[in-house]
Amino acid sequence: MIRVEDLHKAFNGFAVLKGVSFQIAKGEILALMGGSGHGKSVILKHVVGLMKPDRGHVFIEGRDICHMKGRELQAMRSRIGFLFQGGALFSSMTVFQNVAFPLREKTNWSEKQITERVLTVLEQVGLTEAKDKYPAEISGGMIKRTALARSLVIPPEIMLFDEPTTGLDPVIAQTILDLIRSIHQELGFTGIIVSHELARVFQIVHKAAMLHDGVIVAVGTPEEIVKSEDPIVQRFIRGRIDWTLQ
Amino acid sequence: MSLGHNITIMEVLRKLGAFSLESLRSMGRIGLFLLKALFCMITPPLKGSWILRQIQFIGFQSTLVIFLTGAFAGMVLGLQGYYTLNRFGSAALLGPMVALSLIRELGPVLSALMVTGRAGSAITAEIGIMRISEQIDAIELMGLSPFRYLVVPKLLAGIIALPLLTAIFDVVGIFGGYLVGGKLLGVGEGTYFGEMANYIDLEDVLGGIYKSLTFGVLITWIASYKGFYSGFGPEGVSKATTQGVVLTSVLILFLDYILTSFLF
Repeated sequence: MIRVEDLHKAFNGFAVLKGVSFQIAKGEILALMGGSGHGKSVILKHVVGLMKPDRGHVFIEGRDICHMKGRELQAMRSRIGFLFQGGALFSSMTVFQNVAFPLREKTNWSEKQITERVLTVLEQVGLTEAKDKYPAEISGGMIKRTALARSLVIPPEIMLFDEPTTGLDPVIAQTILDLIRSIHQELGFTGIIVSHELARVFQIVHKAAMLHDGVIVAVGTPEEIVKSEDPIVQRFIRGRIDWTLQ
Repeated sequence: MSLGHNITIMEVLRKLGAFSLESLRSMGRIGLFLLKALFCMITPPLKGSWILRQIQFIGFQSTLVIFLTGAFAGMVLGLQGYYTLNRFGSAALLGPMVALSLIRELGPVLSALMVTGRAGSAITAEIGIMRISEQIDAIELMGLSPFRYLVVPKLLAGIIALPLLTAIFDVVGIFGGYLVGGKLLGVGEGTYFGEMANYIDLEDVLGGIYKSLTFGVLITWIASYKGFYSGFGPEGVSKATTQGVVLTSVLILFLDYILTSFLF
């Protein structure tokens, strides 16, 4: 479904991606791990065509999104949901209006149908009570859940999550991941999760890939990654686990 | 000439070349930005509620500041005009002088500068914050064009609001001039307003309208562009806002000269 091939990207002469390659089958979720500032979010932005690579390709169902433009790119993006790290909610709209926005702009649904759908999704993420609040009036966890609801209100075929649990307390983080799992079971989307919460994320992903120094150094099932003898992978996992245990 | 001297000259030339190339690139990008916005403006769908909201923000909410600046500009013109014209025994021409100054020059230019300060800066900051908080990326990722939601409504609102605000500025300014020239300094009401009809042509009024239309596009175009491509973080937005206001203000005065030389 998604094939990233030899992706290279540099910013102001500093190479961030130096030949990233991996692939994900339809319906699979991949966890993308790696240190902060190593380019995980940059990879996600290439997958949705928000950034163009210096070299390399991102194929979605065999079509290279890096070379798409105009309506073709818009049509492809319509099939993808993206959960931004900070939520990217429209600050001038309420929770309800944020979630309703894709339906209002991209479907011919009546206001009644839109209201029904939005309330269903808001109930799914536990935000019915907060529907009339503005993003500035709700907590970080609620912002993430609203953003999740907005990206799922038109069911996507591909979902990309950019650090969905960063900055949240363990209970809310687990709630978000449980939501992702249940929605995946319902919709069967193909997904990529960028996260540092390895212990939790490994419960819901099918594969994991480790990004280090601009390249993927290990790919495998969560079990294979945990058992990997690669010192970089082990250091990353142990560092995280040790830190979690402390 | 020493080798060190040659290196310095080469370095200066290199920097000059890089600066020229960057300036050309920016000009190309800013031109393409307007073309893209104009293309979205002439191809449906137009976002009615977004346009109305912008007319309310750029137009209606600027009326108080336009009213005040128009009144004071007219009063100063009345005062200065009266003393100047009185020296030549032409105080009766105060009305046409105030009206012509306002309709042809001060109305469009001062209105545009006030709207730049009030609405232009806010547009850059708003779009800039949307950029750094990834709200623009979110619109793009929904398969929608951010131009239709963020740029086109502002551009259209600028085109609609600026001529109306300029008209308010002109009318308030003319009455401000009368308040000082007529009520305080004794120029008769009939003389002040009656002489205007003899000296003001349709061409003068149309010239003012063309100018305000041009400034309406200019303010919203530059403000949106600067916000759209603002740098990273709050510092990037603040820098973009300052640059937007300065660039727009300079361009308003520059374009005013160009338009005046062609229109009148």
